[in-house]
Amino acid sequence: MDMPRSEVRDLRFDEFSVAKHLEHASAQARARNYQDFLIVDVDSHHYENESYKDLFQYIDNPVIRRAAIESTKRPGRSSMMNSQVGYQDTGGRITRHELRKYEKAPPDTHRDITMTKLWMDAMGVDYACLFPTPMLFLGLHPQVEVEVAMAQGYNRWLCERILSAEPRLISMLYLPFNDPDAAYRTVKEFGDRKGVVGFMVTSPRYKPVHDNAYVKTYALLEEMGKPISFHAAYNWNDQALAMTNRFISVHALGFMWFNMVHMTNWVINGLPERFPRLKVMWIESGLTWAYSLMQRLDHSYMMRTSDCPSLKRRPSEYMREMFYSTQPMEKPDDPSILEATFKMINAETQLVWSSDYPHWDFDLPSVIYDLPFLNEQAKRNILGGNAARLFGLDPTPVKKIP
Amino acid sequence: MAEWFVAKAAEMSDGDRRIVTAGPHEIGVFFKDGAFYAYSNYCLHAGGPACEGLLINRVVDLIAADRTYHGQSFSDEMHFVCPWHGYEYELKTGECVGDRKLKLRRYEVVQRGEDVFVVA
Repeated sequence: MDMPRSEVRDLRFDEFSVAKHLEHASAQARARNYQDFLIVDVDSHHYENESYKDLFQYIDNPVIRRAAIESTKRPGRSSMMNSQVGYQDTGGRITRHELRKYEKAPPDTHRDITMTKLWMDAMGVDYACLFPTPMLFLGLHPQVEVEVAMAQGYNRWLCERILSAEPRLISMLYLPFNDPDAAYRTVKEFGDRKGVVGFMVTSPRYKPVHDNAYVKTYALLEEMGKPISFHAAYNWNDQALAMTNRFISVHALGFMWFNMVHMTNWVINGLPERFPRLKVMWIESGLTWAYSLMQRLDHSYMMRTSDCPSLKRRPSEYMREMFYSTQPMEKPDDPSILEATFKMINAETQLVWSSDYPHWDFDLPSVIYDLPFLNEQAKRNILGGNAARLFGLDPTPVKKIP
Repeated sequence: MAEWFVAKAAEMSDGDRRIVTAGPHEIGVFFKDGAFYAYSNYCLHAGGPACEGLLINRVVDLIAADRTYHGQSFSDEMHFVCPWHGYEYELKTGECVGDRKLKLRRYEVVQRGEDVFVVA
């Protein structure tokens, strides 16, 4: 039997470049005239772990800062960061995760900026909302004070090293949600920084969103006009998800599961009534979960209004006023099924395109642009217009498609 | 239809490949176990470079006669994998492994003396 070979690594690694890897995406961008309108990616990633040595210097707490810096000397052994089992590159089949290190980048610009702008231009993206990768699991860290310190260090590093240096990169900063007071301080400290368009809660965690401890943070965000978002991920150690035995399973369920819990608590406890102007976004759960949950909650609501007396309307009506990122967008063979989902969430104004690049299941803008049931204006709203209005971005395209 | 030069046969070792741009066509030409295979380099999923990823054997579940599960292994069936998202295609047929009704466009490969051509 032939064993798996690594031809790309062996033969082509020195030719790898993001622009080459995404050459077909650039052809799509040119063919669809993306240069004529704004495209905003509300969920993309960098690998902040590649900058740990620099990033950890930004941690205020001297004890945690020292421990974190020391931990970078022992890669693969003890670390200050928690992690998750998860072979997201599908056993090496997603080659860019390994090969991206061969990309040649100029020394005078931060590598994350160079790498990000390369794929943005290749796809036709004008602005990208950048999120971390390993830190998506930081809400599961056993030490709350470490989550707080890492979040503070990461946010300050991101603002000073990345966002202040590149106007096309924006972010919803990490909220250390396991410490409600620290979350509040984070919004206070960073809310007005350049490129900060909101704040993000990593969804895998076990503190309910309706806890009174978060009320002052929600009020502050509402007052500042900054959205709060919930970025999905999984926890394979969760008691229910631990029953799954493959990554496909824990990913399919886990990326919906935590957002379904948080959404249910958010709506049933009347937070949309208490914070009517607070904008809420749900990231990287796809779309079918919302379609399903709207119907589930509406069905029970009419029989159990006493469980949720703060609500003045059906749960789906509140959910229809929230924002949803597209990726990973489910694409049923019958487009009418997807069309019904779009209708359910009021996609023309509430749906915002996201790539999740460079992660394994990224989407291109064509997942929206090629849909047969959307008119040109709806496509442009979802690909950029809705996000530009939400984040207050200049709608003039600035990308340079190769 | 025209014949487009791919490579000298002697230049392609086992498991080697070339990406050939032939007018509007972009074609991946593989040489594996003594045979040439040529397919469209546009993945049926999102248009990724389908022929530019790993060559890797098919993964199979080992199910015993009593229908119990006994782990996984690789079979002899060779796949190539689109590097964008991991869509797998069978090398001998161009069939998309996740849904065999889907097939990459196949191109004919001809050898004239030492020269290998793809027809497109």
